[in-house]
Amino acid sequence: MTGIERIAEAFASSAADGRRAALMPYMMGGFPDLETSRAIGLAYADAGADLVELGIPFSDPLADGPVIHAAATAALRAGASMEAVLGVGASIAERVPVVVMCYANLIFARGVERFADALVAAGASGLIVPDLPLEEAPEMMTACDERGLALVPLVAPTTPIDRLERIGRQARGFLYTVSLTGTTGERSGLDGGLDEIVARARAHTEVPVAVGFGIATPEQAAAAAEAGAQGVIVGSRLVRAAAEAGDPASEVGEIVRSLATALA
Amino acid sequence: MSVVEHRFGPYGGQYVPESLMPALLELEQAWVAAREDPGYRGELDALLRDYVGRPTPLYHAQRLSEAAGHPIHLKREDLNHTGAHKINNALGQALLARRMDKHRIIAETGAGQHGVATATACALLDLECVVYMGTEDMRRQKPNVERMGLLGARVEPVEAGARTLKEAVSAAIRDWVTNVETTHYIIGSCVGPAPYPALVRDLQRVIGDEARAQLLEHTGRLPQRVIACVGGGSNSIGVFTPFVADATVELVGVEAAGAGIETGRHGAPLTVAGIPGVLHGAFSALMQDEDGQILEAHSISAGLDYPGSGPEHAWLRDSGRARYVAVTDDQALEAFARTSRLEGIIPALESSHALAWAHANSPSELDLVCLSGRGDKDLAEALEHLARRA
Repeated sequence: MTGIERIAEAFASSAADGRRAALMPYMMGGFPDLETSRAIGLAYADAGADLVELGIPFSDPLADGPVIHAAATAALRAGASMEAVLGVGASIAERVPVVVMCYANLIFARGVERFADALVAAGASGLIVPDLPLEEAPEMMTACDERGLALVPLVAPTTPIDRLERIGRQARGFLYTVSLTGTTGERSGLDGGLDEIVARARAHTEVPVAVGFGIATPEQAAAAAEAGAQGVIVGSRLVRAAAEAGDPASEVGEIVRSLATALA
Repeated sequence: MSVVEHRFGPYGGQYVPESLMPALLELEQAWVAAREDPGYRGELDALLRDYVGRPTPLYHAQRLSEAAGHPIHLKREDLNHTGAHKINNALGQALLARRMDKHRIIAETGAGQHGVATATACALLDLECVVYMGTEDMRRQKPNVERMGLLGARVEPVEAGARTLKEAVSAAIRDWVTNVETTHYIIGSCVGPAPYPALVRDLQRVIGDEARAQLLEHTGRLPQRVIACVGGGSNSIGVFTPFVADATVELVGVEAAGAGIETGRHGAPLTVAGIPGVLHGAFSALMQDEDGQILEAHSISAGLDYPGSGPEHAWLRDSGRARYVAVTDDQALEAFARTSRLEGIIPALESSHALAWAHANSPSELDLVCLSGRGDKDLAEALEHLARRA
């Protein structure tokens, strides 16, 4: 089964089970340290994650807010290399599909083809590059398509319709729909207009629409599903728990379980 | 020319979060319309003349020339209002922001010169202004922090990383991602995603246009070499651009060698010429480790303390049209002291790098050196280092 097929199956089986949306928790690879991050990913799978989004730590993560930025800095300080983080991904991929989130420079430093090979070797199913918009993506898209990997694009509330159409047409795996204009991070409430944002996205793509950025609580996750999202991505809330908890794996497991319950 | 370059050879591009893509398109369209609009051009030119004090003089520095053993002419960007070339770009972009009906301005600053220039333009045009600045740079450039406050700008301290220019740019981009619908980001150098490198170059080429005409008028000839310091590279791209078509003129960009290239503690990505990569939205020469993590730069000069470089510079280098060299903190300090003593001109530590290279590299029939800014802001830092060496 290719990565693209595996992601499609995860969304389909979540829907077939009668759940309101697939749950995709995010984690920072190598944070707070390599082995704990492996335990966190496996705890996500145990607690009901349908897919896991695995962040590769980068020194200058422009799309991320302070929580994930700090986690990346700490992971790098703890010595997390890309090889080691992809190794964590391989462990998680034995349980659930893994979608890697990686900034463009880390990919270019290694070479697009070699990076795509490394993803396949690690059993990853898809790739999100937050600073690789449509115009810059053709080379990466070709490398992913050749290997059955899903290059998952992002759309924002500021994305105009004609652009959304083009991005939606090229989307593989799912369409990562950013719920707000901003960087990653917890928000007290979701922006108004989530219904419209999700409807707009769903009208312009064949793949499932997953909503992320600013979703932290079970109530927000349920609201995203209510708005029509077929997938829900939760990041900073979990990374903060991994930073603060005495037993990170058990703590994030609890949170993922409560999110999964809200989507049941 | 009716298009704005997105690529310079393989360099440049738009490696930014999707949220910003519509704003970059809007900015590009606004710039294409503005630069062909006599109303915009006329207003900017009038402000550059009556408010900034352009044209800035071209000055034959006789005593520096004697010390170097060859003639050196200085383009006096230090005599601009606010004391550096940064105001050329800040005013042009602030006028553009007003045309786009964006009344909140953000900027990053390293040495503080771009922050002061932006705060100044915002005071003049009644725009809200927020300037991101690393706390290490706030320490090194305290007078400029105070100036920005007096001008009505809010200085946002940035604590991440080495607390210098790189993190200030990142913080400004994050603000822009969040507030893009109301806010224009006045980037201070010819870096960042398209259309910024071309936009900033277009606004800074006034330096080279004036200098070329002035030099022809004063001496009847073109320079053998045009020399300018390069952090992101805005004063250098500004002074180089009108000379690019003059095949006999050598273009020399001077980066920060910091504690010495061999120590790794420098800010010289173009000189070192390692693997290029993406920083702050553009593919260009940069300092990174083998995994692609961006390295911290080091320079005594806050304005050159940056691990990236403008994409057009990377292409000028690869195409062989310009060459890039580096001088150390110590050499820059010597030039800072020498220029003060011999000419009664206290140069910025950034510009001191260009002066140091011109001094140390004879012979030349005629050097044009861009004196990009004045050194008052650097007094405390430079005097402390000079005292330590004495």
